[in-house]
Amino acid sequence: MSSHVDGNALAGPFSEVFRTDMTTAVCCCGGCGDTTTLATEMVYGTDALAHGSIVRCRSCDDVLITLVETPDRLVVRFPGIATLSVDRDTPPA
Amino acid sequence: MTDWKVGTVTDTRTETPTGRSITISVDGWPGNLAGQHLDLRLTAPDGYQAVRSYSIASVGDATSVQLAVDRFPTGEVSPYLVDEVLPGDQLEVKGPLGRWFVWTPEDTRPIQLIAGGSGIVPLIAMARAHAMAGSTTPFRLLYSVRTPEDRFFADDLAALESETFHVDYVYTRSTPADWPTPPGRVTREVIEAVTIPASDSPGVFVCGPTGFVEAVARSLVDLGHQPQSVKTERFGG
Amino acid sequence: MAVFSRGFGGRTRESSPDLPPGQFLTEDFPVLSAGPTPRIDTAEWSFSIRTETGAQHAWNWDEFRALPSELVSTDIHCVTRWSKLGTSWRGVSLDTLFEEVESSYDYVMAHSYGGYTTNLPLEDLLDGKAWIAYEFDGEDLDPEHGGPARLLVPHLYFWKSAKWVRGLVMMKDDEPGFWEQNGYHTYGDPWQEQRYW
Ligand SMILES: Cc1cc2nc3c(=O)[nH]c(=O)nc-3n(C[C@H](O)[C@H](O)[C@H](O)COP(=O)(O)OP(=O)(O)OC[C@H]3O[C@@H](n4cnc5c(N)ncnc54)[C@H](O)[C@@H]3O)c2cc1C
Ligand SMILES: [Zn+2]
Repeated sequence: MSSHVDGNALAGPFSEVFRTDMTTAVCCCGGCGDTTTLATEMVYGTDALAHGSIVRCRSCDDVLITLVETPDRLVVRFPGIATLSVDRDTPPA
Repeated sequence: MTDWKVGTVTDTRTETPTGRSITISVDGWPGNLAGQHLDLRLTAPDGYQAVRSYSIASVGDATSVQLAVDRFPTGEVSPYLVDEVLPGDQLEVKGPLGRWFVWTPEDTRPIQLIAGGSGIVPLIAMARAHAMAGSTTPFRLLYSVRTPEDRFFADDLAALESETFHVDYVYTRSTPADWPTPPGRVTREVIEAVTIPASDSPGVFVCGPTGFVEAVARSLVDLGHQPQSVKTERFGG
Repeated sequence: MAVFSRGFGGRTRESSPDLPPGQFLTEDFPVLSAGPTPRIDTAEWSFSIRTETGAQHAWNWDEFRALPSELVSTDIHCVTRWSKLGTSWRGVSLDTLFEEVESSYDYVMAHSYGGYTTNLPLEDLLDGKAWIAYEFDGEDLDPEHGGPARLLVPHLYFWKSAKWVRGLVMMKDDEPGFWEQNGYHTYGDPWQEQRYW
């Protein structure tokens, strides 16, 4: 589908890479400085027809994170994130 | 890391003309909080796989989960789940996932739930958690559906209604015969009329198709709700 | 080992000899979304080619539309596995746009409105292999499909045919564009099934 979902939707793929639930991590956009929980950012391209998932800043649309699942690899890039912080008490994903 | 677990369908129930609920028993399921989702993976005989996210309608320590799925006619996975899957069939799930869009009984704010269509799924889990915990914080649900037949979990919601949990329906295409208002969308005026006001500082959970969630979230902020007290789960579409 | 789901076939994935390996046919024209669709007014639109000397060849919409155009009938192959046969486009050949351009560099980065980039060898853009397309099926190209104008390089996977294209920058080396940095193949030949790194 062509519309976006919430950062929440990426909990599954992120659990393959990170030890704790990343959707409650707080991230700061390198473009505009907006700081919020990853679950509240916008995610495009979670449907079958997409090349990969793109997390965009909820306030300036900049690309924060991209996530591509190939048959052999999970490729995650953070082109637009200045800071990512996790609460140490977050339980394992 | 959360692994794929094998689930066995134990029950299916027709909920609406386009949707049904499915109960899946999952070996090693650790239980889940109200509002969490899982990822569901289907594998075709040639090895092709499709993964989609589905919210969980059930809550607690049980090793089975209840989902409810609405059919996207041209979709790949939802028609299979709504029309094909039978008790005994196996599929894979990963979860529970997400700790943001959740309600736990420690949260003592009044809670307003707002659902569009299948967006009821994580919200009924919250209503169930509220009832199970014997929580006395006020809960209210605004549930928007096209027609009376399109209500998911109609009987379950009726059974959950109590002193502290109230359900309001909004019909967008056609209403029951004796309904006081004509069909219409969940506008700012409707929200103002039948939800917990911003002045009571409620927590608000909104879930459904993306367009629905965006319109409702905008109205809520217009009505004075703090953006950080409004949590959303967009299903896409 | 995954568990097979009884009765699940996925979207029909019949292959055919006309199709590159791993592709299936589609009749409609799926829209892949990576973000909000940029809406560019043709009054604001421009297209440019920039070289290593800093020289810039630029066209506004009217200048661009005054260039000779070609009707292109071609098959397109998306890396997400759908192929569409016999699509029909109108556009300006890159040979026309490169006529006056002097460069000793062999690679090109295509830039789009909205920030998307994709890299290509220059030789894949020349000799009648690539266009800046502005019509699909006789109609103005929809913004959802990359309008007002998109790159059309049909012999490579379709992500190379950048939507909402606004310019090409000559590069000395083959540097990866947006999807190419994210796990997708740097060249993307569908017949070699060059999907990922
Ligand atoms: C966190 C989360 C929780 C969710 N929970 C639920 C839930 O509880 N219940 C529920 O019902 N849904 C839920 N969803 C939505 C669910 O994940 C799926 O998106 C939905 O079931 C549709 O999947 P599908 O495979 O049937 O459709 P898809 O195949 O993904 O298609 C989606 C859309 O793209 C279009 N499309 C796909 N392929 C093509 C093509 N070749 N040509 C043209 N158009 C095409 C379809 O028409 C459709 O509109 C949730 C989503 C998220 C993110
Ligand atoms: Zn930003």
